[in-house]
Amino acid sequence: MSYEMWIILTGSLVGVTCGTIGCLLIIRKMAMLSDGISHTVLLGIVLAYLISQSLSSIYMLIGALIIGMLTAFLVQFLYNRGIHTDASIGIVFTSLFALGVFLVSIYARQVHLDIDHVLMGEITFVPWNRLTLFGVDLGPQAVWMLGTVLVINTVILIIFYEPIKISSFDPVLATALGINVVFIHYLLMGMVSLSIVASFESVGSILVVTMLIVPGATAYLMTKRLSTMIAVSAMVGILGSVVGYAIAYWFDVSIAGAMSVALGLIFAIVFILQLIIKKMYQRSHRGKIHVT
Amino acid sequence: MFEWLQDPNLQWVLLGTTILGITSGMIGCFAVLKRQSLISDAVAHAALPGVCLAFIVVRDKELIYLLIGAVIAGYIATYCIQYIVQHSKLKEDTSIGVVLSVFFGFGVVLLTYISNNLAGNQSGLDEFVFGQAASLSSQDVQIISIVSLVLVTVLVLFYKEFKLITFDPNFAKALGLSYNKINNLLMLLIVGAIVIGIQTVGVVLMTAMIIIPPAAARLWTEKLSVMLLLAGTFGGIASLLGTYFSTLALRVATGPVIVLCEAAIFFLSLLFAPKRGIVYKNWVFRKLRRSHKNQQTTRKHKVI
Repeated sequence: MSYEMWIILTGSLVGVTCGTIGCLLIIRKMAMLSDGISHTVLLGIVLAYLISQSLSSIYMLIGALIIGMLTAFLVQFLYNRGIHTDASIGIVFTSLFALGVFLVSIYARQVHLDIDHVLMGEITFVPWNRLTLFGVDLGPQAVWMLGTVLVINTVILIIFYEPIKISSFDPVLATALGINVVFIHYLLMGMVSLSIVASFESVGSILVVTMLIVPGATAYLMTKRLSTMIAVSAMVGILGSVVGYAIAYWFDVSIAGAMSVALGLIFAIVFILQLIIKKMYQRSHRGKIHVT
Repeated sequence: MFEWLQDPNLQWVLLGTTILGITSGMIGCFAVLKRQSLISDAVAHAALPGVCLAFIVVRDKELIYLLIGAVIAGYIATYCIQYIVQHSKLKEDTSIGVVLSVFFGFGVVLLTYISNNLAGNQSGLDEFVFGQAASLSSQDVQIISIVSLVLVTVLVLFYKEFKLITFDPNFAKALGLSYNKINNLLMLLIVGAIVIGIQTVGVVLMTAMIIIPPAAARLWTEKLSVMLLLAGTFGGIASLLGTYFSTLALRVATGPVIVLCEAAIFFLSLLFAPKRGIVYKNWVFRKLRRSHKNQQTTRKHKVI
């Protein structure tokens, strides 16, 4: 496959992985928690490096997974202590991020982590960082990692679809039906952390947040069914990465940034269409008396 | 012990960060009380495209132009967030997430565009976004001080109105106050406080300076005036300590250390604040349980 195809494939994989999870976050009103986790993952990566002394992906995955769960746990802890969700997210993620940056700046000479790089992402280098097994070139490492996480997420989603759906829309009913709502919450947080870490290395934290929130939000405007929403969101994610790559190619700018902008444009178009349809609906129903 | 205060460069940095801590702490109170604290996160991220556009238009890295660009972009971001919430079924947190990520993505695009196409080096713009307290010049501190003074003055002048729209917007409307106008002014204050701080501590950590001191102050008091003063004090102390530790003891970036100091203050408040602190709550709980046990035993005796 050509260089461009690998980048578009990576972007699309991020789009599908994050797009599906993002839907669940949006209907649970936890969109900003994903923004928080995408920042605190930095601390997980730094700690994993300091403990294992290697830049291997698997350690980073574990470190980031643990810190991601810790973020979700701390936010819940503060919320239980009477601090509103938005403030507790703000407190937890900024503090953990500050700790991460602090550690990077102390061990700056040893760690080959560049904060700019982490935030902006370097999808450009994805095709060169290849995975070789038994001397066979299997393609870019990032694609394999994202693919694995996508499979894990899909399997979990298929097995736990009903419990996740019920506990998202009606936690009280879910508890009454005997569903372990707390387990589902942390299962979801685990999936979010995994997706973020897997996407993080290839596309940077900012595109991860965009891919998590914007496709889901766009799909939420278009449909009322969760299953349709997830499918639409995944497609928006793919479309965003293709259009974004085209923009980046034409204007010679950051690929991750251009993909964010492309998703923003798609969202804006759907948002405006939604407004127009609402207006037309109101106009056609004006003056009519509904007799039921 | 105080000879380190002689260094004029350090004096400026210390003054700048302290003023910043006080201002952002005070103004942040309203954001936290209105449960819109994460809007500050979006505003901080939106500063990036604002700064880049200002640079593209003016072709100058003069702080004042960058600040104006950031204020305009931040204000547009808050407007977009509110517009999306009012005109669709999306909730506020999703709307904040959409605006934040798309604006920042656009900023990254502009940053790469500048470095690829305009000959001028954009390293200063990077610093502006990720924070570089050590590079604060006396002129920067003067701008920070003047803007802070204006912001706090406006805050004091409109204190009553802000209080009213924060706690009871419907009553404010019933009194004939224009909710939108006052809310916009408040948003402008929040945007201003964030923008002057980004250069010093960076985008993400500026959010912390807006949210953490008010959240800590809220644990100590029920009165808004006391909360404002406490939040300002916490912010100021954390900035002082953070700058001191970072420039002398640890020799690391200032922003994260300031935020870690704020986090420590918040943690101590969470533990020891009267009435809302964990220690006090546990103590009351134990006392209740003991008195309950005593009652039970006396009741048992009566039954026998």
